[in-house]
Amino acid sequence: MATQTMMYKKSNNSKRMAQLKSVSNQGKEFAMETEGLYVYYGKKEAIKNISLSFPKNGVTALIGPSGCGKSTYLRSLNRMNDEIENCRIEGSIIYKGVDINSPMANVFEVRKQIGMVFQRPNPFAKSIYRNVAYGPAHHGIKNKSKLDEIVEDSLRKAALWDEVKDKLHQSALALSGGQQQRLCIARALAMNPDVLLLDEPASALDPVSTGKIEELIGELKKDYSIIIVTHNMQQAARISDNTAFFYMGEVVEYGETEQIFTNPYNEQTENYISGNFG
Amino acid sequence: MNAKLADRIATIVFYLIAFIIVLVLASLLGYVLYHGLPKLSWHFITSPPQIFKPGGGVGPQLFNSFYLLVLTMIITIPLSLGAGIYMAEYAKKNAFTDFIRTMIEVLSSLPSIVVGLFGFLFFVIYMGWGFSILSGSLALTVFNLPLMVRVVEESINNIPRQQREAGLALGVSRWETMTTIILPAALPGIITGVILASGRAFGEAAALIYTAGMSTPNLDFSNWNPLSPTSPLNPMRPAETLAVHIWKINGEGIIPDIEAVSDGAAALLLLAILIFNLGARLIGSLVYKKMTSS
Repeated sequence: MATQTMMYKKSNNSKRMAQLKSVSNQGKEFAMETEGLYVYYGKKEAIKNISLSFPKNGVTALIGPSGCGKSTYLRSLNRMNDEIENCRIEGSIIYKGVDINSPMANVFEVRKQIGMVFQRPNPFAKSIYRNVAYGPAHHGIKNKSKLDEIVEDSLRKAALWDEVKDKLHQSALALSGGQQQRLCIARALAMNPDVLLLDEPASALDPVSTGKIEELIGELKKDYSIIIVTHNMQQAARISDNTAFFYMGEVVEYGETEQIFTNPYNEQTENYISGNFG
Repeated sequence: MNAKLADRIATIVFYLIAFIIVLVLASLLGYVLYHGLPKLSWHFITSPPQIFKPGGGVGPQLFNSFYLLVLTMIITIPLSLGAGIYMAEYAKKNAFTDFIRTMIEVLSSLPSIVVGLFGFLFFVIYMGWGFSILSGSLALTVFNLPLMVRVVEESINNIPRQQREAGLALGVSRWETMTTIILPAALPGIITGVILASGRAFGEAAALIYTAGMSTPNLDFSNWNPLSPTSPLNPMRPAETLAVHIWKINGEGIIPDIEAVSDGAAALLLLAILIFNLGARLIGSLVYKKMTSS
């Protein structure tokens, strides 16, 4: 993993690059990158010119006050913003050397490899087993024993197996909030993604469940690359390797978490971290 | 008057209103069942009606009511599912969609006799099908479609957006998300709509008088070939339903036991709707439990 500080990269004049773009051997170190990313809701510019690189097998936290665009940015990374009318995304999102923001990219394939967990737990109204097996089953895995294996594996990785192994065929909606969120994580893991996008996963949970999720993230980062949006600065300081500070749709500063929180270069960052606003 | 007194008076008034409504419903049901239940017998339920002698039954009419219901539902359910899914999921929010919605509302407030007359002119005369089950089914479809489309659309809209997002985030297409996640969860609402529409279809008279007709040919219940003229399954034959029969014998009947037949038929109609209602709810809740494993 990179040990030197990564400065906020000023992208020069590459404002709109919508064609397929190949990246050089940087693909080895980085799980994903965006270059010159702009997101518009109708006429309103919500995200301005963001170029970030996310390290492989690390946790990157996106922090910032409400409405600064962190969730919008996160949702662009797996093309979930396509579902919103009037939303336009310009710029490149580079994953495995391919620009996935081009019209030629297969959105469904993208979402298989870049998984997402949402703010409020949203398990399907099905049994626990069928929730986790849903993804693999719908992408062609019909063999029951293989599905059983995937379900157990994912639930173990999400630290939920011991709690639910005896009630796999009961409704997922009967679980507590913290368990439901871990189920959603297991569901995302069942697809065996490379990157996990977590949109404030613990903000709707109690402190104990939050602690369990943070522990989980610490374990998961060994095998997956994680990008997490969080309102909670202490959480970002605890669990992430790199942090990006968002404000009004732009990245003000991006660097190693320790540096951002102890010695930020930018005054705005310093103000936010010390709680002077937001 | 102080707050506590006002509160008590309001509570009593609400209870009174509820009581009055239940009373009206109970007396209506009670009256019909009281007069009609004694007239019900196996003979009454299965034998054909008499034209001028006493002792006729409503067998064929009962069959016609059910057959018409089933055929109408077979046509209405796929159409309304498709339209409801389109309105809830695929239609963009613009003036055209609002226009469609307004048109559907207008269609739902058409008087049933007008729908019947339209069916008469179009299906019976213009298409040349004559008084037939097919004409009746299509007229009932026109009648039921607005209700069903609205019910399907609302049931789907009641499922939180996050469920859709969760499905899409797993790389599943919009259509698959709709059929495997949203529709199973929306099933209770949709089934309620189907039951409501069925109740209306079963008890409808005005729309059927001039489409399915007021007579029934002699039916041979052992002949199941839908193309034969004496088969009960033939959709091109006229088919008088229970409700239409009640109307007819009270208006033009010359049998000596009009009241007995009418009372019996009314009780039978109510009972059939009740049993269908309970049965459909039971099946619906079983299906829902199975699909959501709750």
